Formats: sequence, C-alpha cells, structure tokens
Amino acid sequence: MKAICFYFQIHQPFRLKHYRFFDIGNDHYYYDDFADDDIITRIAQRSYLPANEMLLDMIKENGKKFKVAFSISGTALEQLEQYVPEFIDSMKELAATGCVEFLSETYAHSLSSLYDPDEFVAQVKAHDAKIFQLFGQKPKVFRNTELIYDDDIASMVYSMGFKAAITADAKHVLGWRSPNFLYSSASAPKLKLLLKNGKLSDDISFRFSNPEWASYPLTADKYIHWINELPQEEQLVNLFMNYDALGELQPRESGIFEFIKALPRFAAESDIEFWTPSEVVSKFKPVAELAVPYPMSWTDEARDTSAWLGNTLQQEAVRKLYSIGERVRLCTDRRIKQDWNYLQASDHFFYMSTKHNDDGSVHSHYSPYDSPYTAFTNYMNVLSDFMTRVEEQYPASIDNEELNSLLLTIRNQEQEIEKLHREVEMMRNNIVKDTTGDFPIDEPEPAAPAVEEKPVEKKKPAKKPAAKKPAAKKAPAKKKAPAKKEK
Amino acid sequence: MKALMFGWEFPPHILGGLGTASYGLTKGMWENGDMDITFVIPKPWGDEPKEFANIIGANCTPVAWRDVNMDYVQSRIGKVMDPQFYFDLRNHIYGDFNYMSTNDLGCIEFSGRYPENLLEEINNYSIVAGVIARTVDCDIIHSHDWLTYPAGIHAKQVTGKPLVIHVHATDFDRSRGNVNPTVFSIEKDGMNNADHIITVSNLTRRTVIEKYGISPDKVTTVHNAVEPLNEELLNLEAPPGKTSKVITFLGRITMQKGPEYFVEAAAQVLHKVNNAQFVMAGSGDMMDKMIRLAAKRDIADRFHFTGFLKGKQVYEMLAASDVYIMPSVSEPFGISPLEAMQMGVPSIISKQSGCAEILDNVIKIDYWDTNAMADAIYSIIKYPAMYNELREQGLAEVNQITWDKAGAKVINLYRNLINR
Repeated sequence: MKAICFYFQIHQPFRLKHYRFFDIGNDHYYYDDFADDDIITRIAQRSYLPANEMLLDMIKENGKKFKVAFSISGTALEQLEQYVPEFIDSMKELAATGCVEFLSETYAHSLSSLYDPDEFVAQVKAHDAKIFQLFGQKPKVFRNTELIYDDDIASMVYSMGFKAAITADAKHVLGWRSPNFLYSSASAPKLKLLLKNGKLSDDISFRFSNPEWASYPLTADKYIHWINELPQEEQLVNLFMNYDALGELQPRESGIFEFIKALPRFAAESDIEFWTPSEVVSKFKPVAELAVPYPMSWTDEARDTSAWLGNTLQQEAVRKLYSIGERVRLCTDRRIKQDWNYLQASDHFFYMSTKHNDDGSVHSHYSPYDSPYTAFTNYMNVLSDFMTRVEEQYPASIDNEELNSLLLTIRNQEQEIEKLHREVEMMRNNIVKDTTGDFPIDEPEPAAPAVEEKPVEKKKPAKKPAAKKPAAKKAPAKKKAPAKKEK
Repeated sequence: MKALMFGWEFPPHILGGLGTASYGLTKGMWENGDMDITFVIPKPWGDEPKEFANIIGANCTPVAWRDVNMDYVQSRIGKVMDPQFYFDLRNHIYGDFNYMSTNDLGCIEFSGRYPENLLEEINNYSIVAGVIARTVDCDIIHSHDWLTYPAGIHAKQVTGKPLVIHVHATDFDRSRGNVNPTVFSIEKDGMNNADHIITVSNLTRRTVIEKYGISPDKVTTVHNAVEPLNEELLNLEAPPGKTSKVITFLGRITMQKGPEYFVEAAAQVLHKVNNAQFVMAGSGDMMDKMIRLAAKRDIADRFHFTGFLKGKQVYEMLAASDVYIMPSVSEPFGISPLEAMQMGVPSIISKQSGCAEILDNVIKIDYWDTNAMADAIYSIIKYPAMYNELREQGLAEVNQITWDKAGAKVINLYRNLINR
C-alpha cells in the first residue's frame, strides 16, 4: 500500500504600479490593479476554475477516495474575492466534500519567518482566521512561503500548535535519504515533516508537455507505474506544486487535466490511495529526525533562500521593510496595515534577483519588471513613502518602548474616560429620577460633572500625573485624522 | 599566422574609441600567441607600443623613388621605424607617383587626424597600402573602419589574400540617418569586397545587414572589451570634502550622444534632491545649446561643464563620480561605460548602445526615456544597496570582458577564411 499526498499552492501578490520618486510623499496608492485583475482572471479562467471543476468531479466519481490539500495565501484570496468571486464559491463547494484540506501559511506569503517572529505569528493567525471565515476549517498543517524551512521556524510552528509542516527535499539536507517517508523536526521532535518529492512533482508541473523530455508523453498509467516501482518501504509520495501548473504552466491542450483525472483509476488498481497531509500525519510514523540549520526552500537548483535574499539589493530591501515592523504593529490605521501586508509579499524580492544563469531565468519570466534594478528602485520608492507614512503616525524620535507605554496610557485613559462618561450618564439619570425634575438638567456642562465626579471616582491617583504629561504628546496619535482624509 | 592590419588611430595618440579598440584587439590577439601582426597607421609618433605589433607609418612609406642613404633615413624616421624597412618598401614602389606632393623621402604626408581633406587622405592611404602589401608577407588583411576600407581592398587586389573589414561604426550612427553619400559608398564598397565583416555589436550587425544589404552569413559580431586599468588610476580617489553626489556624462557633446536627455533627467532629479551635482564633461557642437538648456531649466547652479578632458583627467572625473550616464541615441559599441565600471562607478546606458548587449549589471533605459533615467539616478544616489550592488557586480562583470577572448574569436574567424 502506498499513499499519494497532493497539495496545491495558490498565490498572487499585489503588484506595484510604476511608482516614481516624484510620487514619494504625494501618492499613497501603490498597486497596479489592472495587472492584478488581468493576471488573476486569466489564470483563474485557464487553470483554477477548470481545475476545481475537475477535482470536484473526481471526488464525486471516486467516492471521496480522492483527496487534495490547498494552500492559498491571504493576498490571493483577497484578489480572488475581488476579481473572481466564483472561484471562492467553487472552493467552498470543494471544501464541503470533506476531501479537501486547507493548510496554514503566512497571510502575505511573506519572508517574516526569517526576519520577524512576531510578525510571522500574527500573519499565520490572520491567514488561518481568513481560511476559517471562508471555508470553515482550522488548518492543522503548516506550509511556509515557498516551503522555506529551518529548525528555528520548526520551533515557532510547533509552539503555535501545528502537528506538521510541509517543506522541500533539498539534497544538501536529505543526502542519501528519500523524501518518501514522514520525518520529524530535530528542534521540535513532535512536529512531523512532509517532504516534497521533487522529481515526481516537477514531472507534472514542469516537464509534462515538454516533447524533448525522455519520458514524453507522460501518461497516468506510466506515472502510477513509477510510483508503484518505488521500494516497498517508501510508502509516501508527496506531490506539491503550484495550482496553475494545471492549465497554465501545462496548458489544457497538453492533456494535463485528462492526465490528473485518470490517476485515481490506475492508482486504485495498484492499491495506491490519496491522503491529505493530516491523514498522512496521523497514519504514518516518522522514521527519523531532520536537522536543518540553514533555511531551505523549493526554489532554484540550490533549494535555498537565495532567490529572495541572494544579493545586496534584496537584503537591503527586506531589512528596511522589517526595520519598521514593530512600529507598524503599533499602528491602528487600517490602510497602513493593509499596505504593510502587501509590501511583504516575497514576490517583490524575487523580482530583484540578479541570478543570470538558467536557474534565474524563471525569475524574469514571472517579473513585471525588465530588470532587477528597476524592481528594486520601484519597490524602494514605494517603501520610502510607506515609511514616511508610518513615521507621520509615530515619529521615529520616540523609541518603541516609550511609544508603547504612551500608547498604553492613552488607551487606558480612553477606557477610563469612557467608563466615567457612562457613570456620569447613569448618575444623571438617577438624579433626574430622584429629584422629580426640580434640577435643571441642561445647566451643567457635560464636562463639568466629569470634573466633579473625578475626585470621587479616582481610584488610581498615581496614574493621573503620568497620564497628564503624555496628553500633550497625544498629538501624533491625533494625526490619524488628516491621514484618514486621504482615503 | 600573419595579419596585415590597416588602422587610423593607435594609442597613445587617439581621438576617439577607434584607437583604443584597435589597440585592444591587436594586443588581445597577440596574447593568444602565434600571431604576427603588422599594423599600418597614417602617422605614427614613435611612442606607440611595439611589442605585439609591427607598426608601419603610411607617412614613412615611399611611393616615389628618392636616392637617399641609410644615415639620412635614420635621422628622418629612425625613431618611428626601422630604416632598413624603408629600403624594403622602396623596392616595391609599383607606379610613378611623382605627380603627387611627396617629400624628400618620396613619402606622402598624413595628418593622422580627421582633416577637411579627409577623402584625399583616405585615397593617399590606399596608394601607400599598395606598396606595403607588396612588401609585407601576410595571410590575411584586416581593415579597421571605413577610412581604411579602400586600403584593404587595394591590398587584397595586390596579394589575393582574404580581406576582413571591422565595422567600428557606420555613417548611420554618426549622422542619425542622414548619411553622407560618399561615405556610404566607401563603406558599401568595402563591405562588398570584404570576405568577411566583423561588427562590434549586434546593433551594428543589423545596420550592416539591413542598411547596406549585406548577406547575414558574411557578418559576425565580435564585441569590444577593455584593457585592465593600472594601479595608479584604480587608486584615484574622490576629492576630499566632496559632500554631494556627482552624476557624470562623459563624451562628445553631439547629437549622437544624446546630451539633451541627460539635461532633462538632471532637471527632474535636481528639483527633488538637494545634494546632487551633474557634470557634463566633454566638448562638441551642442555644448552651447546644452548650457542654455541647463539655464532654462533653472539648474545651472548644480549643473557643470568641464570642457574636454583627456588622459588621466577622465579617470579623475570618474573617481569623483557616483553615477555615470551614457544616453547615446545610437552607439555602435560605447567603451566608456566599461571604463566607468572599471572605476567602480554604477552606470546607466541607453538600450540603443552596442555594449548594452553584453552588460548585465548596469541600468538600461531608452535614450528618450528621461523619466526612467531620472528614476535610475535617484535610486542609485538614494539607496546605498543599489549603489553597492551595481558597483561591485559591475566591477566583477567588467573584469571578465577581456580582449584576449575577443582576439581568440577573430583568430578563429581568420582560420576559417584562410582554410576556405
């Protein structure tokens, strides 16, 4: 008996529009909506929608024996909701079959796992909340952006309560070992690891329609035969790929849909089942621990993070971005939060890659820019503007700790004022009842009783003087008002 | 293998990129070994490097018999050429050119520059080539640029050896399309008579194929390269006390180089950035117009003209620069961005330059796209990572572009021609 575990990734970033240095400080809208709309609609029509339809048919036909998992980034979900809402409906339908598992990841498909643990946790929560809201599932298995994984990430993921994580089969980590087993993490032994079978996955997503490939044409028969040929003890085949491999990377004419559709029939003949990652975790036992001291991913020949962080441009951009992470999390402005999410998408850094070899050519294929330098320039211009906006909210001259305590005081004060207001209201009502209308209600200013009441209600006199001083410094917080106007 | 090359310039007395490229290629071929190169120039000064090529001056080659003795020749041209060679050449005079104005040695005088009577000088050069071709034994003939095509053709007719012409530029580049019919016909004639044509970029190759109607299989691109700089130049430093960023344009201020786009981009950047200065180094017929334009854009206080720079001054200028820009409208190759990169200066070049075909770690823009140019300038002076990445990667890249590789390509081409 063997098991195939299918998992598809869907991600789209919010692409930046051409943003010139003249726009810094003047224009706070950064996105190329036209391109986003165009791309997601095209991919959805050619790939996502027909593929969903196919999966639904397959699940119905095979009596729920066919199962898959999805990982959809928050930004992709937002775009799909906005431009292709029918996809969300179709996904809900799939979710309702019970044969589809949704995986957890960072909301913005970001690199926060490598740079900003707090942000990482926040984003994973935000993403899982979104999945729950749309599909009613709480993800149990975690998959990081582009399968980036190392021991530190494993610890974080485990501490957030995940049972398993999905990652790549980097040769420098696996060595002689096969990806066709369940592993566990060295740093968090209870966290199970599912590794991508790179060869068999890429046979479908990259080589399927290549006539120069020795195994062309690939048929379901042949493919299942390969899996069957694997050594007896290798029972797990993890096929991880981008969802747009079905219909976009491998066009419909190549017969990719028919190929996938035929898999369950041949699999059944060979006693091969389809499991979701959660099933895999509960049914298999890990064979060994994997130590991954340096981050690995599923991209490029090196299977490392050099596609996003390989050159100084990328490193600088990421560093600059996460240098304001703590600040942004203090902000309450909704638009700042949103831009913060969108700017974190790993794609922006991918476009800045200067790998000029064959490996790197895939970078220029996906990039909307004609060169990595233009990508960097554009991104940094946007980031400069974004940073000024954050700065306008809270000046950089106050350090985070101080700011934090100030914000806390302000918030406490707000709560207290509200509480006192309520009390005043209540008392006034009582007065009105008690005095049978003899007291003129309109006469006392609303503020006046508040002052009067205060000494009576003041339970924390120590707080007051401290709170008074920052009152002057409330100014930055109040600036929210002009910022909001720009909406 | 013996090659007879005809050129017009040779360092250190150069007027443009042609001399540098001819020198680099010759040296690169010599480094590949087994090459015996004779290089003819109109007027040698005697201080040309001679270790890898035998230099012959056209103005030292007799076309009319004069009865002079060894000592006299030694005193006249001894510092430029071996006197014995003068007598070898004299033995191969093939016609009576006494009707021409010749000097006491029976030689025609050359300016070696680009004078008013350039066409006459080109013609004289080809007369001299006849004598040289009869004297010097060679396997192949190689003519650098249109000025020497007639000489190459003549030598080919005399010796029957294959002729390679090297197109460093065409008149379409120099004139933005308004070609001079005489120049065009000389170029076309050279290309028709050549056994093979080498162009310095695919851009030029296309021009040769499309505008001159040459069969594509006869045209090969061999990109130019750069000579490594010496320690002294590499160690030049920016002047102390430099506080603002310097953005430099370096070259002839002519229509071909697109100076007006540089001024327009400068205006955009300067209206947003305070600590930047723009420098236009060079001279040319559009200089006054550019000064007026800078004044009109109200940026004259931070836009400077240095006039013509030569020799070391060029490198001092580069050492003080943070960005180098070459917005050429049409540039067959354009060696100066490579020199800027050698000095560690991030470069912005137009997509219409030949060197854009081989460079990755530069910013490429359309020459007319002043917005993109301004964006790139801003990015380099504002974001340190951008500056450092371009500087370091550019340096690493340009150090790989060496003449010996170009030389090997040319030698290979020679072999194919000779064995044909």
